[in-house]
Amino acid sequence: MAEGRQAAARRPLVFAAFALPTLGWLLAFFLVPLGIIWLYSVGENVSLTRVETTWTLSNYARILEPEILELALRSLRIAALATLVCLVIGFPMALVIATASPAAKPWLLLAIMLPFWTNLLIRTYALLNILGTRGRLNEALGWLHARLQGTLELLGLDHPGLMSEPFRPFTFLGTETGVVFGIVYVSLPFAILPLYSALERMDKSLLEASLDLGAGQLTTFRRVLLPLAMPGVVTAAIITFIPALGQFLTPDLLGRGQVDMIANVIERQFKGANDWPYGSAISMILLYATFILLALRAFADARRSAARDAR
Amino acid sequence: MTHDDALAIAARTRANVVNPLRGRSRPDAFDYSRRWSLRTVFALGCVFLYAPIVVLIVFSFNDSRRGGNVIWKGFTTKYYAKAFANEELMLAFANSLTIALVSTVFAVLLGTLTAVLLWRFRFPFKPLVEGLVTLPIVIPEICLGVALAIFFTRMGWMDTGGLAWPLNLSNITIAHITFSFPFAALVIRTRLQSFNVETEEAARDLGASEWRVFFDILLPHMRPGLVAAALLSFTLSLDDFVITFFTSGPNTVTFPVKIYSMVRFSVTPEINAASTVLIAITLVLTWAALRYQRTWKE
Repeated sequence: MAEGRQAAARRPLVFAAFALPTLGWLLAFFLVPLGIIWLYSVGENVSLTRVETTWTLSNYARILEPEILELALRSLRIAALATLVCLVIGFPMALVIATASPAAKPWLLLAIMLPFWTNLLIRTYALLNILGTRGRLNEALGWLHARLQGTLELLGLDHPGLMSEPFRPFTFLGTETGVVFGIVYVSLPFAILPLYSALERMDKSLLEASLDLGAGQLTTFRRVLLPLAMPGVVTAAIITFIPALGQFLTPDLLGRGQVDMIANVIERQFKGANDWPYGSAISMILLYATFILLALRAFADARRSAARDAR
Repeated sequence: MTHDDALAIAARTRANVVNPLRGRSRPDAFDYSRRWSLRTVFALGCVFLYAPIVVLIVFSFNDSRRGGNVIWKGFTTKYYAKAFANEELMLAFANSLTIALVSTVFAVLLGTLTAVLLWRFRFPFKPLVEGLVTLPIVIPEICLGVALAIFFTRMGWMDTGGLAWPLNLSNITIAHITFSFPFAALVIRTRLQSFNVETEEAARDLGASEWRVFFDILLPHMRPGLVAAALLSFTLSLDDFVITFFTSGPNTVTFPVKIYSMVRFSVTPEINAASTVLIAITLVLTWAALRYQRTWKE
């Protein structure tokens, strides 16, 4: 289409007018700052305020200290778990939006987007009110527990051992469960949107063909729907996983200092410990992880389109 | 083979053979949104997304001093009065709005240039530039926050206490422009895709200059995209905590940063009230965006 229809060389001045502000801004306030933390990550503190680039790798080596390593593994575990939960909840939700009537679709999308536009800190703070031992979630679970017990009694199934114990509230704050809950809560809209756009674009006749040829709903889901939606699933996974891995607020507020993730260690190097080279090195590791994930996705995309061309 | 057997086999094969009428008699294969099981999942998902926010709003009216989020003690609006009387909070609020306004103007400007650049031109290393422009969106917030914090410190721009308002907010504003203009560019570029190039060519044939083509033809077409981009940038700026937390000097506090320090101190209905005000602003902005879109379509 009209995309990229004009060679830059033909109108160098107009091109420069459009290109220079953007590139200048990115260079000054994005690439240079990233370059500086890269230099800091191989530098050392020489005085309270000065850092010298000594090309040392000791900042990176410190990541292998058991304490930090455990924390990094925990971050990976929490982010992976939260991503998985987001995909499992998000897929059916995206499916509902993608197949809704054209009149309902914008409203359903809005319902998903509205929390996403609400301040992240406020949403996390809102969870803080819900997740306490005496919070609303435990209240709701206790209510459910009592109803279930009542039903079992009615059915004459109130044997000891079968939900006979009184409800014990869960501890969410300061536990990994609470942090995963919080990350799922803030990133669910992120996961739903790419899933939705993949499902939306899908060729619906393929599903009908599968059902008409005798495959059941489950087989159709597993063999047709899921493979077709796979690019969206991968995008959703990456777009959820990367911010989840670098989450600062959720572990900070809901983890209560007991479920620290990588970002909390970074924050401490800048706000407390004043070890900027070390903080920079951990930030760089987060960045490297991001780049690796993005490269993997680009690679997968290239392979998929190559396979399509070969056919 | 009995008659019944034959009927049974016929019935079974009928179900398995492609039947042009079948697709019509049963519900559409892709009608997942009509399934009750999936509808329930969607509804529960929405309850999950909204319940905490609703509880927060409800308890901002709770007449209880501490731990006010557990037991309902009666209706009051005094915590709103308290929040509005809190001078530090109001200053932080004014700071946030100023930063959001200024960074929105710049983000839309830069976003427009970026979108037109990528949409119109063919140039060497274009994929690289495209990747670079999306990078501020994809990298973890904390990395950008840390990088800008060190950068500002090295440049001596971190302690802005001596500067007059609103110049003391420059570093936070720069940080906000950096992460919001790529979003603006994305939105505007999507809008450009529906542009009919022939109108531009016609204008050129009739002797319009590059300048006039941009202002009289391209810009009016982009307008809905510009408004959407502006609203998005404004919301992003108003919402940001992590990057602001790192790039703000000791004397410049934004609304989310102030709320954060209040939350760390204790959980009070006053924070609920302040949060509710911010949620209300988000709602009004969204409503305005929807209204605008509708009038534009008509």
